[in-house]
Amino acid sequence: MSVMKRLSSVVQAKANKALDRMEDPRETLDLSYEKQLEQLQQVRRGVADVATARKRIELQAEQLQASANKLQDQARTALTQNREDLAREALTRRAAIATQLEQLKTQHDQLVAQEDKLVLTTQQLQSRVEAFRTQKETLKASYTAAQAQTKIGEAVSGISESMSDTGMAMQRAQDKIAQMQARAGAVDELLASGALTDLSGSTDPIQAELDKASQSGQVDAELAQLKGQLTASAPAGALGTPGEGGKGPAEDDKVVDAEPVPDGPSEAADKTPDPFTISDNEGES
Amino acid sequence: MIVRILEDGQYKVDKSTAKKLDQLDSKLGKALDRNDEAAFDKALATLVKMVHASGKRLEPSVITPSDLALPAATSTLAEVRELLSSETTKVKKKG
Repeated sequence: MSVMKRLSSVVQAKANKALDRMEDPRETLDLSYEKQLEQLQQVRRGVADVATARKRIELQAEQLQASANKLQDQARTALTQNREDLAREALTRRAAIATQLEQLKTQHDQLVAQEDKLVLTTQQLQSRVEAFRTQKETLKASYTAAQAQTKIGEAVSGISESMSDTGMAMQRAQDKIAQMQARAGAVDELLASGALTDLSGSTDPIQAELDKASQSGQVDAELAQLKGQLTASAPAGALGTPGEGGKGPAEDDKVVDAEPVPDGPSEAADKTPDPFTISDNEGES
Repeated sequence: MIVRILEDGQYKVDKSTAKKLDQLDSKLGKALDRNDEAAFDKALATLVKMVHASGKRLEPSVITPSDLALPAATSTLAEVRELLSSETTKVKKKG
């Protein structure tokens, strides 16, 4: 059988289920009207639900965008500290966030379309309910006329069909919103777990590394300052620790290697008696 | 003849359009039977386009039942199959 015929009967069957026909057609008219008002309420709630879902996604997108910007800044800072590994890590995370953002944008577009459609449905439903209310009173007033029965039947079938169409559309919209909310929930969980953002917190490993690097940079500077003070107050060469890298006279070249590099002073100390290092230095200068 | 496009509205179509719709309708049915999504999408899009182009849209205030119904333009084959299956179970229960 024709798909369109079958579908038509499915829609009508749904409508019949939604609207139990009364003995008196006039009562059926009143009941139909009540059901329509109920449906109008449902559709209005539907519009509010979509708007809520849309706002939630907008909020998530803002948070993700903030994280992306922060990671960009961190990557820049890491590079100024010669920490390419950290910069790479930050940019990798930023790329993951960009993917999430793209998906959110698609969902957002769909929700906006859904919202527009439901608003339109509400308007149409509103004018249909108004029209039905007027027709219903006319039909009831002329009910004694023989033909009124048929007309009532038609009006009720027509309104039932519209109602089941609207009902199915609402169901579809709600299914979609439920799917999106499940996804939005997943993003919220990611945001909460810190996998995507929360990079300002102490749990942010990139920031921790950057802070460590800048701290050790500060320690280096202070060390250098202290050494400078000591060199100034003691005779040159008496202490094996002259001023910071190459600042001193040429004779200091030998001991430059012995400078306490933050991560390996012992290694540097080993180098000092190494003849090859000295000869190398001499070769250079 | 009155055609409803689900999630869209009702349209009044003349006899010649109804005939063309009938031909396309059988294509839609075959696509459904063969589970051919591409053919289904194409047939549905053509049907919706034809109703929009040749039909006269009824105002929402006009309250009357339809003779034929088309799935929503964005429906997938699976969705329509499910819709129609609710009819089949109903028939089975009756029988």
